[in-house]
Amino acid sequence: MTNPDTVIASPAATAGGFHPEVVAFCCRHCAYAAADLAGGKRQPYPSAIKIVELPCTGRIDIVNILHAFEDGADGVLIAGCLPGSCHYIRGNLYARQRLDYIHGALKEIGLEPARARMINISAAMGVQFAELASEHVETVRALGPSPLRGQAQEEGNPA
Amino acid sequence: MIVAEKKPLEAVARMLENYDRVLAVGCGTCVTVCFSGSGKEVAALAASLRMKRRIEGTPLAVGEGMVQRQCEWEYLDPLADQVKNYDAVLSLGCGVGVQTLAKRFPGTRVLPALNTLFMGLPTEQGVWEERCQGCGNCVLDKTGGICPVSRCAKQLFNGPCGGSQNGVCEVDATVPCAWHMIWERAEALGMTEALMEIEPAKDWSTSRDGGLRRMVREDLRAPREETKEG
Ligand code: SF4
Ligand code: SF4
Repeated sequence: MTNPDTVIASPAATAGGFHPEVVAFCCRHCAYAAADLAGGKRQPYPSAIKIVELPCTGRIDIVNILHAFEDGADGVLIAGCLPGSCHYIRGNLYARQRLDYIHGALKEIGLEPARARMINISAAMGVQFAELASEHVETVRALGPSPLRGQAQEEGNPA
Repeated sequence: MIVAEKKPLEAVARMLENYDRVLAVGCGTCVTVCFSGSGKEVAALAASLRMKRRIEGTPLAVGEGMVQRQCEWEYLDPLADQVKNYDAVLSLGCGVGVQTLAKRFPGTRVLPALNTLFMGLPTEQGVWEERCQGCGNCVLDKTGGICPVSRCAKQLFNGPCGGSQNGVCEVDATVPCAWHMIWERAEALGMTEALMEIEPAKDWSTSRDGGLRRMVREDLRAPREETKEG
């Protein structure tokens, strides 16, 4: 985000002392620009949304998403271009397939698949970005904190 | 290539129930190409196992390792220092890789994270299919390069059978009849005449039925002192 001042926490997202953290993987051609537009228009969306800029949602890897959850994210949002509008032709369609795969993986791990969601928007849809992002934060808030939150992490590769 | 697929996470987790520290090791050859044992797959499985065990309240440390080929001794030696730090090794190699690791590290439990499926190839992006069962006596010269052992459900040598329907095998509507393909290929090559000959029963003693198979190239073996004459 270029203008963090415009990102306003929604009261609902912080109710009950639970402040969800949602990592939003945003394609630079659409969702990232849409988030920027929302900011420019002073359209609020929850501070829970932590944006990671991607060149295309086709860049998203299942490992990125798993690591986000492992590091304590309560939810993940993948935001890509509208179907048929991917600048790399099918990147957003691949991302959608990987999300299906991730839903299966989350179930096996013991996390609710609904914690990960994909949305498709254009660069001009700042208002919709704010709405859909808020909607996902509410979903995640209803699910409660991730059981992986704030726990001490065991080392992967001890020296 | 050897094609393998991931075991369900639950099955892998069950093998690791009694361990606190495990090293997941990928293989950079066949199972990397079929997306089951690459570095990324190692990272994904390691993260999944760590998360599952943390949620269950019994944390598991999962280290991540990678070798170019698990099926050759030389490639395993650099793992020795890493292996020492763990209770068990979880191999994301094919069955050969698992066994090579187990032999190389006799004091460590080595467990399979994959199910090894077959020798085959990618027929389209994301789809792999069997092509050879290692019968030990290849007949592809007679069948136009289409294997009746791996691709015909009945392993016929004088097909097709009566179940061949419009090019489709009777056992599965998504499987093309191998013998239909063999015939079409023979027609294209002008070789149908040869297919009219009755093929005698195949000698299966070269296949898996005879127990462990071994290939020896005497010229490549390390010379033994007593037979060495210079
Ligand atoms: S005939 Fe035997 S060796 Fe040849 S491809 Fe078929 S199974 Fe493999
Ligand atoms: S239909 Fe064709 S492939 Fe299937 S069993 Fe008969 S001959 Fe073999």
